[in-house]
Amino acid sequence: MIINWMKYRYLYIAFSLLIIIPGLFSLIFYGLKLSIDFTGGSVLTLSDSTIIRQKDMTQLQADEMVGKLQEKDKDLKLVSFETIGPAMGQETTRKTIWAVLLASLLLLIHISHAFKQLKFGVCAILAMLHDSLVLLGIFSLLGHFFNIEIDLLFVTATLTVLSFSVHDTIVVYDRIRELQRHTSNLSMYEMANQAVSETMVRSLNNSLTIIFMLLALVLLGGDTTRYFALALLIGTISGSYSSPFTAVPLLAIWDDLRHHPK
Amino acid sequence: MRHSRGTLYLIIFICVLSLYLNLPQGINISQKILNKEFHFTVPSFPRDLSFKKGLDLSGGMQVTLLADMEKIEESQRLTALDSVRSVISRRVDLYGVSEASVKTSVTTAQYRLIVELPGIDKPQEALDLIGQTASLTFATPVFATNPASPSAEPQLVNFVPSDLTGNDLAAATVTFETSDRQPAVSLKFKDSGREKFAKLTKEFLGKPVAILLDQSILSAPTVQSEITSGDAIITGKFTIDEAKFLATQLNAGALPVPVKILSQKNISATLGNTSLNQSLIAGGIGLTIVAAFMCLYYGWVGFISVIGLLIYGLITAALYRLIPVTLTLPGVAGFILSVGMAVDSNILIFERYREEIRAGRPSAIALELAFGRAWNSIKDANLATIITGLILFNPLEWSFLNTSGSVRGFALTLVLGILISLFTGIVVTRTLLRAFYKPKHL
Repeated sequence: MIINWMKYRYLYIAFSLLIIIPGLFSLIFYGLKLSIDFTGGSVLTLSDSTIIRQKDMTQLQADEMVGKLQEKDKDLKLVSFETIGPAMGQETTRKTIWAVLLASLLLLIHISHAFKQLKFGVCAILAMLHDSLVLLGIFSLLGHFFNIEIDLLFVTATLTVLSFSVHDTIVVYDRIRELQRHTSNLSMYEMANQAVSETMVRSLNNSLTIIFMLLALVLLGGDTTRYFALALLIGTISGSYSSPFTAVPLLAIWDDLRHHPK
Repeated sequence: MRHSRGTLYLIIFICVLSLYLNLPQGINISQKILNKEFHFTVPSFPRDLSFKKGLDLSGGMQVTLLADMEKIEESQRLTALDSVRSVISRRVDLYGVSEASVKTSVTTAQYRLIVELPGIDKPQEALDLIGQTASLTFATPVFATNPASPSAEPQLVNFVPSDLTGNDLAAATVTFETSDRQPAVSLKFKDSGREKFAKLTKEFLGKPVAILLDQSILSAPTVQSEITSGDAIITGKFTIDEAKFLATQLNAGALPVPVKILSQKNISATLGNTSLNQSLIAGGIGLTIVAAFMCLYYGWVGFISVIGLLIYGLITAALYRLIPVTLTLPGVAGFILSVGMAVDSNILIFERYREEIRAGRPSAIALELAFGRAWNSIKDANLATIITGLILFNPLEWSFLNTSGSVRGFALTLVLGILISLFTGIVVTRTLLRAFYKPKHL
């Protein structure tokens, strides 16, 4: 059964913008709440789960501080102590940007090569940017309203989401590629409809299984990886949405623009 | 069909091998079969195969040190860095930390050391220990006669530090003796050391002179002749590695490099354990739901793919032990995520199978077609994930990319997971389906 999904192609893009624009505003006005991985500084976690943030501390200063706190509460212990010099923080930021750029470039080459046309690569990368904007925007809002920080693991999560997004898009594109090979008289619009219709159940089922795993990690996986798993979860949901509802409509829109230039 | 049979045996072999690697080593199995006692000891693997836990799971301290190379000549900086690494490893070993690691990293003119000390409970003490600059001194022997037998030869009782120190040493290198090509270590003294060394060799000719690094004896060669040139050779029955080690340690004294803490991370062991347990429980629950979903939605073929998933888990665990993969929290998350992706190949294939059935093909042919046609998308999609995985893992150690341990741990488990899942999701599931599934309906 082929559903005319592409009829609402501009609606899907509008829906995406509805999510992205508030996030984008938040990114511009509030920015991201960066952890000491990027800014440098010290964080002490105590056994009663209080977290103390300081500029730059040495072990000696941290021990002294805990010693003073122990005068009030004997059982208090230092559970974890982390300190990062400011130079290291800047380096992390630079490396992150490089990693994202390199990943985008390589994926663009990979997809354009695999599908023999640049537009597939460009649209897949646009869908990928869509997912990273959704993720960054939501975390910017979370950071502003709930003090959730972005750390090195978040970078990992973002890059994973990028690859998941492309992974998912390729499955749908593969169907278009197959249709291109076997039929010659279908327009991109028709092929897009057929491909999305045929891969919808697979996309849903696959996303569901990954979402089950991630939801378990978010709810039960402990504090250290909670926001990491949350970032992956948001990214997975966005990535699953963006394949049939961003990457494929963009292909159809690409053809709209080629054939009916305004 | 023969081809498929062979693959089935291969899969069984891999499963048994993985099972063996995962079992506790050296266990005894006694069994009474037909009134006969059988004793069987599982042969031990020549190496410890327990999982290697990262610092965030085992608890401990990670310190990144910046080596201050200001006073070291450009050309000698790498040698100096290696020497600092060697000296810190030695101190850590003497302090009694097991499984400590000291790694070097050079990024855009910054020379760094990454020290990992599992299970440290006095961080300041450990920091003092690794933070010192190496000190090298030459010490002269002290002889005394035993008061009980005054006629006997004087005995060597102690070494006292002389005024000849690492500051007087220019460099130490590994050389080979001209006579028999034996590895040896050559010392070159600076102008300041030449005279001191000449005096020392003259005074203690034929006697041992100790070289102390951080107050403990590194080597105590016997002076063979008076040396005035400032060039000396320490010989002994060295292997090349021993000679290299000695030269590196001597260089630590010759090229003193002060270190400064760049970043530090302490994690208590209890926190690590709690997080590991939570992640494992979460993973277990997630997996159960996924397995249930596959069985309910796809029926028998779904069940077979769950068996494929179990084999996936078995092989992964065996490889983690074998390589060994250091398990960190992000690594565990990477593994759990890769399980989700492992199921994906199966879903792709089964959906394809249903389509082919709907298109009116007989089920046996539909199954083969589904595997063939789904492969294209599986290949391209997983290649995309492997590309990102490799960027995160940064195997060529490019300095403009990430080198952090936690990110790499995640990338390694993710890439490994994808490679194994391609094998289990396609080869294993396909073979099992051919062998055990007589298709009727899906």
